[in-house]
Amino acid sequence: MPAGQQPLGWEVDASRRQLLSDSLGIAVSSGAFGFVLGLAARDAGLTPLEAGAMSLIVFAGASQFAALGYIAAGLPWLPILVLTGLLNARHLLYSASLAPRLRYIGLDRRAAMAHVLTDEAFALSAAHFHRLGRVDVRGYWMAASVGVFVPWNVATVAGALLGGAIVDPAGLGLDIVFPAAMAGLAVGLVTGRRELVAAAAGAASGVLLSLAFGIGAGIVAGGLIGPAVAMLTPESRSQASPDSDMAGVPVDVATATSELADLDEPELGEPT
Amino acid sequence: MSTELLLLFVLMFAVTYPSRAVPLLAPGIERLPPLALLYLRLVGPAILASLAATNSLVASGADGANVLDVGIEAVAVAACGVLVAWRRNLVIGLAVAVAIVFVARFAGLA
Repeated sequence: MPAGQQPLGWEVDASRRQLLSDSLGIAVSSGAFGFVLGLAARDAGLTPLEAGAMSLIVFAGASQFAALGYIAAGLPWLPILVLTGLLNARHLLYSASLAPRLRYIGLDRRAAMAHVLTDEAFALSAAHFHRLGRVDVRGYWMAASVGVFVPWNVATVAGALLGGAIVDPAGLGLDIVFPAAMAGLAVGLVTGRRELVAAAAGAASGVLLSLAFGIGAGIVAGGLIGPAVAMLTPESRSQASPDSDMAGVPVDVATATSELADLDEPELGEPT
Repeated sequence: MSTELLLLFVLMFAVTYPSRAVPLLAPGIERLPPLALLYLRLVGPAILASLAATNSLVASGADGANVLDVGIEAVAVAACGVLVAWRRNLVIGLAVAVAIVFVARFAGLA
């Protein structure tokens, strides 16, 4: 265990409890919009089985909504696939951000983890890793499954099956859960001046470029520009400490290696 | 189940999965220069803030163009951020954000 860390068992349990609580809040939103996706799939002529297969196989909300509109309009597949690729390009950033921390996980497990890497899974697991100061594979699966995968897939089928029993998520204010959750989880990752600048620059550039080039492009641009601006900022004193946590720590190969070496400890668990 | 639709879903997966998997599966990711690793660590707060800001501040105008829209949604998202910073509890932040939007819409203010 790296010097300066708290006892592992208590810390992991406490962080997982927080993770579960956060995941349940996001699951409400995932479930509500999964239900709406099921309704949209039904309207587009898909059976419940087809709607469920779509969510299970594609598992990418925004592009699924867009694709259903195209399917209903009878458009050819090429624009559907191009749009899907563009809408999901931001996942590259999530994957690249997590990759250095997960490099000691087996290739097959990383391949499986990639399929459930969504906005919410990234946000929840990044916050969890940040609290711990290192990775926790079981925590990643908790975030991905409880927060998104299970509610999204179950609700998609339910929406396609139940049809008429419609509850409009926007009418209940649930459409605010996603951006609010992203804001809250971003706040949790801000541990120093550089993270604060990255978040502020990411938000500002994301909005400005969304106005000019569309929301999809703006979001990705925010994720690219924010860190670049932050790297021009001098690090705060707390970030220079070798005991800083994961999000704030300056890149130090020895520290990073010791964090990841904890993966060998049995408490961290692996997906079953 | 329609075989044609199933094929479409598999193709949609095929264009989505690489963006999720390639960096995770790429060999030698640990050998990136320290500056690149630092950049990647800053991606988290940047892209989450970008997602929050664009989803709460950008709306489609009447002509279909994106416009800046500082409405109750932005207030609710900001309130959630402040509450999380203060109480370190996302669920409280989400509950307050939903309540703000629900009440404002119910009252016809948004």
